Amino acid sequence: MNTDNKKTTLLKRSFNLPEFIAENTIKGVSFISFAFIILIFVFVFREAMPIFFPKEKVEAIEEEMTQETYGEEYLSDYAKSMIDKHDKTASVEDAQHDIGASVKNLTGSEWQPVSRNPKYGLLPLIVGSLKVTLIAVLFGAPIAILAALFTAAFASQKIKEIIKPTIEMLAGFPSVVIGFFALVVLATLLQNYFGYEYRLNAFVGGIALSLAVIPIVYTVTEDALSSVPKVLTEASLSLGATKWQTALFVVLPAAIPGVFAAILLGVGRAFGETMIVLMATGNASLMSIELFEPVRTMSATIGAEMAEVVFGDTHYNVLFLIGSILFIFTFLLNAIAEFYVRNKLMKRFGGR
Amino acid sequence: MKLRRKITGWFVVGITSIAAFFIVGVIIFIMVDIILGGIGLINWEFLTTAPTEGMTAGGIFPAIVGTVLLVLIMSIVGVPIGTITAIYLSEYASQKSILTRMVRFAVNTLAGVPSIVFGLFGLGFFIQFVGTGMDNILTGGVELRWGQPNILWASLTLSLLTLPVVIVSVEETIRSVPKDLREASLALGATKWQTIYKVVMPNSMNGILTGAILAVGRGAGEVAPILFTGVAYYLSHLPGSLSDQFMNLGYHVYVMATQSHDVEATLGIQYATTLVLLVLTFILNFSAMFLRYKIRKRTIR
Repeated sequence: MNTDNKKTTLLKRSFNLPEFIAENTIKGVSFISFAFIILIFVFVFREAMPIFFPKEKVEAIEEEMTQETYGEEYLSDYAKSMIDKHDKTASVEDAQHDIGASVKNLTGSEWQPVSRNPKYGLLPLIVGSLKVTLIAVLFGAPIAILAALFTAAFASQKIKEIIKPTIEMLAGFPSVVIGFFALVVLATLLQNYFGYEYRLNAFVGGIALSLAVIPIVYTVTEDALSSVPKVLTEASLSLGATKWQTALFVVLPAAIPGVFAAILLGVGRAFGETMIVLMATGNASLMSIELFEPVRTMSATIGAEMAEVVFGDTHYNVLFLIGSILFIFTFLLNAIAEFYVRNKLMKRFGGR
Repeated sequence: MKLRRKITGWFVVGITSIAAFFIVGVIIFIMVDIILGGIGLINWEFLTTAPTEGMTAGGIFPAIVGTVLLVLIMSIVGVPIGTITAIYLSEYASQKSILTRMVRFAVNTLAGVPSIVFGLFGLGFFIQFVGTGMDNILTGGVELRWGQPNILWASLTLSLLTLPVVIVSVEETIRSVPKDLREASLALGATKWQTIYKVVMPNSMNGILTGAILAVGRGAGEVAPILFTGVAYYLSHLPGSLSDQFMNLGYHVYVMATQSHDVEATLGIQYATTLVLLVLTFILNFSAMFLRYKIRKRTIR
């Protein structure tokens, strides 16, 4: 588009109002998507912040208290100030007590948010998320990569035209559908086969989650494999290597950065996925590394509990904190994947 | 030596093909299971009546209407913004300017944010910040109207989630419009905006439509972002205004399968609802695929 810009300066077009409005409106609107990313950062973190800065929370409550009295002008000044004072001191004490208990709690190994003495230990949730993600990726990624290798290197055009769209179609499955299938069919199937105690557990959740991981890993890997320059494969074949030797020792190594990125994206998808794990993992916040025990992930915790919490409560803030952790983690994974692919692949194939 | 090489070759091809056909087999298994489980219950009455008897009988009409309204409002907001952003990225932006990089970065990041985080954002920003702010201004904070979950906030949250889908699809199409067309228009004395409006846009209609359909397909199936921004378990009436809550197909499946007091009795309804949702997303995705195929053909020509 650079040439266009030069053209306009060469022609020295006079100022044109509709043109000016159009260009700046377009600029402004496209800025919105950027603004919202910032806003997501700001607002998800903002709601999580009070945990770390108890003072701010106290002030916020004070502010709220004073604001709320605006509507009560029928009260006499004296009565108003009395009520005000009473409410304020009570809730401020509450808030301080609440927070003091929770910060210590965050690193604990118990998640019991709804009890007389709430415990907000994030550890079982983090372990839960990692466990389910690991199962999903360990199971899903190898299958997806092998399948991608098959479609990119061995399959005939006809078979390729069946397999590729079918697997891509799996990406279009709403996650609640996969969750439902896991809950109703897969859980029973696996239990009958392995004979474990709990019907819904980390293993079922992980396998179900791999159905969401597979299409991503497959698509990205397939892209990477088929973007390996034809020159390389032809050189290998003409040296007398067989088709499978070329695929395994030339094409696959050349596409390794893409495969790596595919796995990272798969991890990100698995880590953030909510509905599948919410429906298939049993949702008990146990701190264990057992394969067949129920587990509660971070995303499922938000999904299950957010609808019931009181706005501004510590529980509410902790759920936002979990959301922030999810956000940062997936953000970093995506950034690494993109950065890695861009640098490695570009270098390898010379600016392609 | 030759034999060993041959056997290894068979092994490699064998194991990769098993992996590929295994995935395809699983997909077919899921589809067949859901179709067989749900097809028996689906009839006109199921699609056009409300749930009855504590949601253990009756149809899913309110959930269908809620889903349709949700994605409709989502598209009305999201598609124009996405299209304009795509126009900016492909027509106006110089690839090195800071704004371009920021917008691209934002689009890539948006695509990777977990959907549940969008839900949190919808709650923290749209409901607690914008909604409560609107209530304070409009009614002095006496009446709670906008500061609670409703269909508008859920739609806006979803439109944000599907923004990258629209942008990527539209941008791809705009770039496939031949340069000759643009240059011919500019050479005839049309301004840049005139060229975009009269030449580029009419030639990109398919892409905008594809983007919209893909976004709708994605939005119709998402449950996590609307969990606490507006969806309701059961409503006796259809949403009548933007500040009403709504029912949703995906959420209906989730609730019926996990929180209903008699999960076994409603299994048929769950299957049928899942089937409706799956068919809906498939129709949308297939029409998007078809349109995209038409666009690709033009690019090659």
